[in-house]
Amino acid sequence: MAEPRPVVVEELTRRFGDFTAVDRVSFQVGRGEIFGFLGPNGAGKTTTIKMLTGLLEPTEGRGWVAGLDVHGQRREIRARIGYMSQRFSLYPDLTIRENIDLFGGLYGVAGTRLEARRRWILEMAELQGQEGSVTGTLPLGFKQRLALGTAIIHEPAILFLDEPTSGVDPVARRRFWDLIDGFSHRGVTVFVSTHYMEEAEYCHRLALMNRGRLIALDTPRRLREEEARIRGSDPSSAPPPSLEEVFISRVEREGGAVLG
Amino acid sequence: MISRTRLRAMARKEWIQLKRDPRSMILAFVLPLLLLVFFGYAITWDVEDLPLAVVDEDGTQVTRELTDVLQATGDFRIIHRPESRQVADQLLIRNSVRGVLVIPPGFTVRLQGGRAAEIQMLVDGSDANTATIALNTADAILGRFARNAVLQGRSANLPVRAEPRIWYNPTLESRNMIVPGLVAVIMSIIAAMLTALTIAREWERGTMEQLASTPVARVEVVLGKLLPYLLIGLFDVAVTVTAGMILFGTPLNGSVLELAVYTLLFLTGALGLGIFISAAVKSQVLATQIAMVATYLPAVLLSGFLFEITSMPAVLQGVTYLIPARYFITVTRGIFLKGVGVEVLWAQGLFMAAFAALGLGLATRVFRKELPS
Ligand SMILES: Nc1ncnc2c1ncn2[C@@H]1O[C@H](COP(=O)(O)OP(=O)(O)OP(=O)(O)O)[C@@H](O)[C@H]1O
Ligand SMILES: [Mg+2]
Repeated sequence: MAEPRPVVVEELTRRFGDFTAVDRVSFQVGRGEIFGFLGPNGAGKTTTIKMLTGLLEPTEGRGWVAGLDVHGQRREIRARIGYMSQRFSLYPDLTIRENIDLFGGLYGVAGTRLEARRRWILEMAELQGQEGSVTGTLPLGFKQRLALGTAIIHEPAILFLDEPTSGVDPVARRRFWDLIDGFSHRGVTVFVSTHYMEEAEYCHRLALMNRGRLIALDTPRRLREEEARIRGSDPSSAPPPSLEEVFISRVEREGGAVLG
Repeated sequence: MISRTRLRAMARKEWIQLKRDPRSMILAFVLPLLLLVFFGYAITWDVEDLPLAVVDEDGTQVTRELTDVLQATGDFRIIHRPESRQVADQLLIRNSVRGVLVIPPGFTVRLQGGRAAEIQMLVDGSDANTATIALNTADAILGRFARNAVLQGRSANLPVRAEPRIWYNPTLESRNMIVPGLVAVIMSIIAAMLTALTIAREWERGTMEQLASTPVARVEVVLGKLLPYLLIGLFDVAVTVTAGMILFGTPLNGSVLELAVYTLLFLTGALGLGIFISAAVKSQVLATQIAMVATYLPAVLLSGFLFEITSMPAVLQGVTYLIPARYFITVTRGIFLKGVGVEVLWAQGLFMAAFAALGLGLATRVFRKELPS
């Protein structure tokens, strides 16, 4: 029996009043894939992720996460995925252990499994021996990894990370991506939005969003190659365009098209 | 449908947060005692040197003796001797005096003729406690005066009685009425302030979204948040009752269990309302202010706690029927003072059950956007 694709989206749309935040977006994500979501501020990345994580009802279009309908099975979806919000909010007045145990309880992880998961999270976040410290005082990099740990305490097969590394220093970011790479190798699907171009390089495929629309979707390499072709430069002599350049010119072309 | 693991996780988290928040701790454990002491003592100042006007319409040697006796005790200070009751009324209205003693014409004749001799004591009933004490004191003094008169062979054995004419507050609530009323007021404060502090915070810190991304159900969130406060509420009731007994000798004549059940009903409704308000406005400061206006103020002003409902303007009287604290105060006073239970208070119980259901319903609904199902 074939497992359902982790994420399938068809013409997904979300409007806030007259404003269309996400406009007929379609894509699919495969198992174990690291799927990157790129786009300027306000492009609609968070809105899309919220629709896929059961936090927001889509206005139109269809979508399935782990084979579950984003319209009618929001609660079931939430039990099957891990989600780390843009603000990755843990309870600052709870201790590290209390935060872990809280989310363990909310995801129905208890007993010896909870103990094992708690040990794993503390090790992953390098917080062993600090279970009793209050979370609010932790450096951001540690908070971020603890938040990741609590979001996946129930070992979900699909992970949604909304700008998980914003504000974190480059070294901590690098280590965070090593973790994500590890999950992917173990078959976990990772859906991640980011502003950092060097992070985009780690993704297997990239979706570029602008003004609520999906304007490009491909592997980082093919996106670069295509950009080089469009510019008409000789691939053998000129250096290939960086993802940053791809990103900027794509958005500019799109912006022109929208205006014209 | 409700998962015990998730419910326990929510309630535990709420309890820990409550424990670590000094503001909440003060509200939950210090404020009730402060209120008890404040209301209890503010209303039980001894009457001493109470400014009094005397309208002596009889004007005999006996009545002059009587007013001298009154003056001599030190409890009253006669500062006016107006000509008429009308003038005396004005003095009372302007607060120049706190009471008016009216000795009707023929008092002496009646006293000496062995018939019931009455004098009138007018007090301002809006200050219930002073009024009660003034009346009792005057009654005692006049009684003594009458007995002396009997001993001196001047009259027959019928006592002089102070016949109260009280304004604004015919039942004259004493501090016995204050303690049971205070239970309702304290519950309102807990509901309003505590929920406002902890629930709006979920949005301010963005933790609501993280909660919403878990499979936790709306009911579980609401019940999980409710449970710790219900515990605190019961604890506060116990403290108030005990302190009321020790400090003021307020008896608890009825059933503790029934008091607990009614308290839980009231608290569930009030907490639900608090959750609804703070979830709707999503800001701690605003939520606290609205909750104060919506639950605390009515509990103090419109419940019959401070002001007698029957002496309110008709419109306000109508409004009090919508104030849950009104029913709760009837219940607490009934249980405390009269020792009655559900056999008398069932209608209040029904209303409060409806209120609890409404509170729970509102609180659950308000999370509809964030938490599906
Ligand atoms: N609840 C809402 N009501 C109205 N407009 C909204 C709401 N949520 C998002 N928007 C709007 O939708 C657009 C897309 O927002 P979204 O948060 O999805 O962008 P984003 O790509 O995540 O941006 P960023 O990189 O800043 O996080 C923005 O213009 C935003 O103002
Ligand atoms: Mg965003």
